[in-house]
Amino acid sequence: MKYPKNGRFGEFGGKYIPETLVPAIEELEENYLKFKNDKKFKKELDYYLKVYAGRPTPLYYAKNLSEKIGGAKIYLKREDLLHGGAHKINNTLGQALLAKKMNKKRIIAETGAGQHGVATAMACAALGMKAEVYMGYRDTIRQKQNVFRMNMLGCEVHPVKAGSKTLKDAINEAIRDWITNVENTYYLLGSAVGPHPYPVMVRDFQSVIGKEIKSQMKKINNKTPDTVIACVGGGSNAIGTFYPLVDTNSEIIGVEAAGHGLKSKMHSATLSAGSKGVLHGMMTYLLQDKEGQVTETHSISAGLDYPGVGPEHSYYKDNKRVKYHSATDSEVIEAFLTLTRTEGIIPALESSHAIAEAMKVAKKSKKSESIVVTLSGRGDKDIEEVQNYLSKHVKN
Amino acid sequence: MSRIKEKFAELEAKNQKALISYIMAGFPNEKSTMSTVKGLIKGGIDIIELGFPFSDPLADGPVIQNASTVSLEKGTKIANFFTLVKKIRKETDTPLVLMTYTNILYHRGYSEFIAEAKKAGIDGFILPDMSVEESKEYLQAAKNNADTIFLISPNTSNTRIQKISKASTGFLYLVAVFGTTGVKTGIKKYTIDAIKQVKKQTKGKIPIGVGFGISTPDDVKKYIRAGADAVIVGSAYLKLIEKTPQNQLESKVATFTKSLKKQTIL
Repeated sequence: MKYPKNGRFGEFGGKYIPETLVPAIEELEENYLKFKNDKKFKKELDYYLKVYAGRPTPLYYAKNLSEKIGGAKIYLKREDLLHGGAHKINNTLGQALLAKKMNKKRIIAETGAGQHGVATAMACAALGMKAEVYMGYRDTIRQKQNVFRMNMLGCEVHPVKAGSKTLKDAINEAIRDWITNVENTYYLLGSAVGPHPYPVMVRDFQSVIGKEIKSQMKKINNKTPDTVIACVGGGSNAIGTFYPLVDTNSEIIGVEAAGHGLKSKMHSATLSAGSKGVLHGMMTYLLQDKEGQVTETHSISAGLDYPGVGPEHSYYKDNKRVKYHSATDSEVIEAFLTLTRTEGIIPALESSHAIAEAMKVAKKSKKSESIVVTLSGRGDKDIEEVQNYLSKHVKN
Repeated sequence: MSRIKEKFAELEAKNQKALISYIMAGFPNEKSTMSTVKGLIKGGIDIIELGFPFSDPLADGPVIQNASTVSLEKGTKIANFFTLVKKIRKETDTPLVLMTYTNILYHRGYSEFIAEAKKAGIDGFILPDMSVEESKEYLQAAKNNADTIFLISPNTSNTRIQKISKASTGFLYLVAVFGTTGVKTGIKKYTIDAIKQVKKQTKGKIPIGVGFGISTPDDVKKYIRAGADAVIVGSAYLKLIEKTPQNQLESKVATFTKSLKKQTIL
């Protein structure tokens, strides 16, 4: 869907927001529509994406991994090589530049694992702006390093002690700040979620991933990939990967965090196990109880630990254009170790969900087929988490 | 005529403005909610807003957030909430407005939820995250069953004020300040201007209630003087409830309510 009418992808999306935010959201949409096709803006953004973030990212044929599995050829879209170590910078550069054009002096953002917070802090430093980041208290403990990184980048981090003290509460608190300081503040949302126009705007800024995949695969074997795979939390790297390919014949698979398993309550697989609801300004699939209270989630990767999902993913689930599968924590650790050992690439735990799925799909596919996996981030941040997991679960 | 409409007509005849209280159902427990309601009625409250807790109250400040969390932890569910409303209904004809977030109604189904609420004795709804653009299904379900009270902010344009007042019945809820509920702040000039602007745009067709950050008799007096038809006091009640022992709750709430209500009698 090119530009969602009334902000709706089918029945999903919309703007369920406190009235105070309406003028800000209208101003944002107006400016986004104005600048998205503005030649000067595009040129400036392209410049930063190229020389600051490091685009285009390579499409790497993972020969060792493919041969080990013995099926289809697996290609990795190396978003992990971007400045900051994840795809998040594609969006933060776009939005920070937009905020600058809108003359906004104060930037706020939320972060889960800290990747979006770091990418916001970097983009703001590069463009000469100040950012403040809300982060769940529990995440500030889990991801201490990223808190320190943000501080060093000149960004204030506010720990959020309300609710489950994770990403969803950080979003609540960022929205509360925005309501309070609506007149001078730009809210730089990090995923393809929230009220319209955020889901479509974040998708557009992340679509550089899918566009590059398309042209890179064309050069390699003159066709689109047979299958593309990406992990889904809020779903920004996935929608950026998928959107340029939805009109092709490629099979598309999004992979959610199954945590301890879909039947346990310890997972974050919103599309696989959720129901429709309204949260953070959007109608979408949610993990919620029988009464409509949003439930707590679990994932080994803090970046997928979110009870909602971008509305465009809900739309693709219902119209069946995209298949949404899931990977458990143990499958993820296995994929993490396999890629690290076979290719010397340490993937983020988030991206390892996509790797786990790719390994399953490749096994069942012909050698002539090609699978592209978006490696959304690098895994250096996760070493401690992996160490903990292994010491708990693996003897010797 | 709805109970809310009747109440405003009755007050007008007496040359009074409305005092509206907000309390969170089940905070800190069901028994205290009943005592609070009795105190409110004794103190002369005009309309009672009952909060139903939501896991993610993004328009609320720390006081109501905490009340939501406590209420949910104490096991407040839709069914026992409606039982509580029925109990309150037995005590009083005071209009009861349910304030919660969109997902609670959406998840059960707007029609089903509103029908159940009406049966229990609820007269109207306030959903701070329900924008008028997304309200079609909600409005259809509420039509002739309950009042739909929408919010207006000091930065709402005239065109939107028109649109929102058309969708609203009972009263319009003007948010006094940029911020979440319970913010402590003096009375701003932009709020006074907003009251005048909304009154001008709505031409007296619907009462204007002002809320967010109103906590003292002096605040009430100033907003009434500025032209508000009703004032809404929320977080201040929750703070009082939190620090008052159960056996004194009814009388303390009644005394506080009287002190506020006095300022609405012209």
